Amino acid sequence: MPDDSYLTVTGLSRHFDISEPWLARLVSGRGGRLLTAVDDVSFSIAKGRTYALVGESGSGKSTIARMIVGLERPDSGTIRIDGQTAFDPVSGPTQDSSLRQKLQMVFQSPYSSLNPRWRVGDILMEPIRAFGLISEETAQQRRVQELLDQVGLSAPDADRFPHEFSGGQRQRISIARALASNPHFIVCDEPTSALDVSVQAQVLNLLKQLQRDLQLTYLFISHDMAVVRVMAHRIGVLKDGRLVEENEPGALIESPREPYTRMLMDSTPRFAGGMAG
Amino acid sequence: MTHSPHTAPPTRLQRVLASDFVFDFTRAPLAILAAAVVAFLFLVAILAPAVAPTNPFDPASLNLMNGFTPPMTDNMFTGERFVMGTDDQGRDLLSAIIYGLRVSLFVGVMSVLLAMGIGVSLGLVAGYVGGWLDNLIMRIADIQLTFPSILIAMLIFGVLRGIIPPDLRDEMAIFVLIAAIGLSEWVPFARTVRATTLVEKEKEYVQAARLIGLRRGQIMWRHILPNVIGPVLVIATITLALAIIAEATLSFLGVGAPPTEPSLGTLIRIGQDYLFSGEWWILTFPAVTLLALALSVNLLGDWLKDTLNPRLR
Repeated sequence: MPDDSYLTVTGLSRHFDISEPWLARLVSGRGGRLLTAVDDVSFSIAKGRTYALVGESGSGKSTIARMIVGLERPDSGTIRIDGQTAFDPVSGPTQDSSLRQKLQMVFQSPYSSLNPRWRVGDILMEPIRAFGLISEETAQQRRVQELLDQVGLSAPDADRFPHEFSGGQRQRISIARALASNPHFIVCDEPTSALDVSVQAQVLNLLKQLQRDLQLTYLFISHDMAVVRVMAHRIGVLKDGRLVEENEPGALIESPREPYTRMLMDSTPRFAGGMAG
Repeated sequence: MTHSPHTAPPTRLQRVLASDFVFDFTRAPLAILAAAVVAFLFLVAILAPAVAPTNPFDPASLNLMNGFTPPMTDNMFTGERFVMGTDDQGRDLLSAIIYGLRVSLFVGVMSVLLAMGIGVSLGLVAGYVGGWLDNLIMRIADIQLTFPSILIAMLIFGVLRGIIPPDLRDEMAIFVLIAAIGLSEWVPFARTVRATTLVEKEKEYVQAARLIGLRRGQIMWRHILPNVIGPVLVIATITLALAIIAEATLSFLGVGAPPTEPSLGTLIRIGQDYLFSGEWWILTFPAVTLLALALSVNLLGDWLKDTLNPRLR
């Protein structure tokens, strides 16, 4: 079988030190405590596909996302992206900016993910300048217009501040910023969980359309089975930092092996209602 | 927002005039009065050479015969009149106050800028970088807070004067004063900025900036600084009042502005020598000016604090 995976994660683990301060430890005589957030997780994502990680809050899904994009350092395991090693325990995280440029992230909160003091045009311009993608000023401006157009916003929006937009529009700006560096791979960390249901569908459709147009590969983090069902080509279920089940959406939803997966589905109201009706 | 996202954005001036800030200001008579007094005193200080009747720094303009002339009275020897009278050297008190105001405000503003520069930088670094550096900076701040800031300022003043060669001392006196007061007032800036930085650095826009590979310095300067500067301006206003009083205190104690370039504090010190011999005006007019200035700046700072921090209301 030819290896067509874009991203491969092997044996990824991350612990957090949740010990009390050393003085309190000394007085009480208790030792340090470690919380295992991610425990030996391995999966791979095929090029142009969407892999969804689902789980309750605290299951470690956001930590995995943050480790993959390099915001958090894994304790062990390797991450390979597009044939390059992004992290291994010996050499640590890669400093290669060409690799970083291929990875972007869309964040959960449309309210804190955009700098409130920056105009939208400057927000979109920043990755273009930071990676030195386009040097000429007018070409940079054109690219910003193109990005706004791609996510369904209009050219004059570049001169506005984030607070002038609704949550859904802000999430579109956030997506445009992710696209600005011409990435191949985007981590979507619960991109719709802070939005109204009606707006969720629009943002999800935009993400799907961009995936088709730009051959993007997605890692989609969510706790919402209904959202995951429409987005994912493959789903991994996380429980307490472990990948407990992994399958195609159809098979997973028809016949979940784990009771935990069943419980996740039942906890999604629309989904449970849809099954009953 | 009343306008839809697709109409032309309002100009900067329109936005400022329509802001809650301006609305609140027009409904706070005390703030308007304080702002007017501060603006008036700043204007007088800046325009001193044009406004003052004489140049009190110019020894040639002084006539010892004019000494101790009471306000609005003809001098018994020269027949000259002075609105606020003269001091022991025959110096016109109104001119001396106007020029003294200039020295006080210059020292006050410059030392606040110095304190702000030091405090904001250290606070940003402590909050964003964290770890041992954070501990080091904040413990130094804690230690400094255990001493009254006027003592710190006197200590720094003494040390700096010891370093500077004697023939430059009078020329450098003002800058030594600025350094002493600036270094004694940075702590509130650093604490506030550190606290806001700790909140801001966890926000997702900072993580987005890290993702595109910006260096720490760029993230602190371009992303975090604009979002933590609001409270700093409030502290700067309150610190300005403190710095003006600190300068006056140092000058009153004789370790601040030299008598050749008197600030309001120096004038008050000169004046208190003559209070009990009946020449009340030499002390009273500089003191009232200092009081009006410090009180107005303080009132303005308090109003800013209350207005910009809705949680306190």
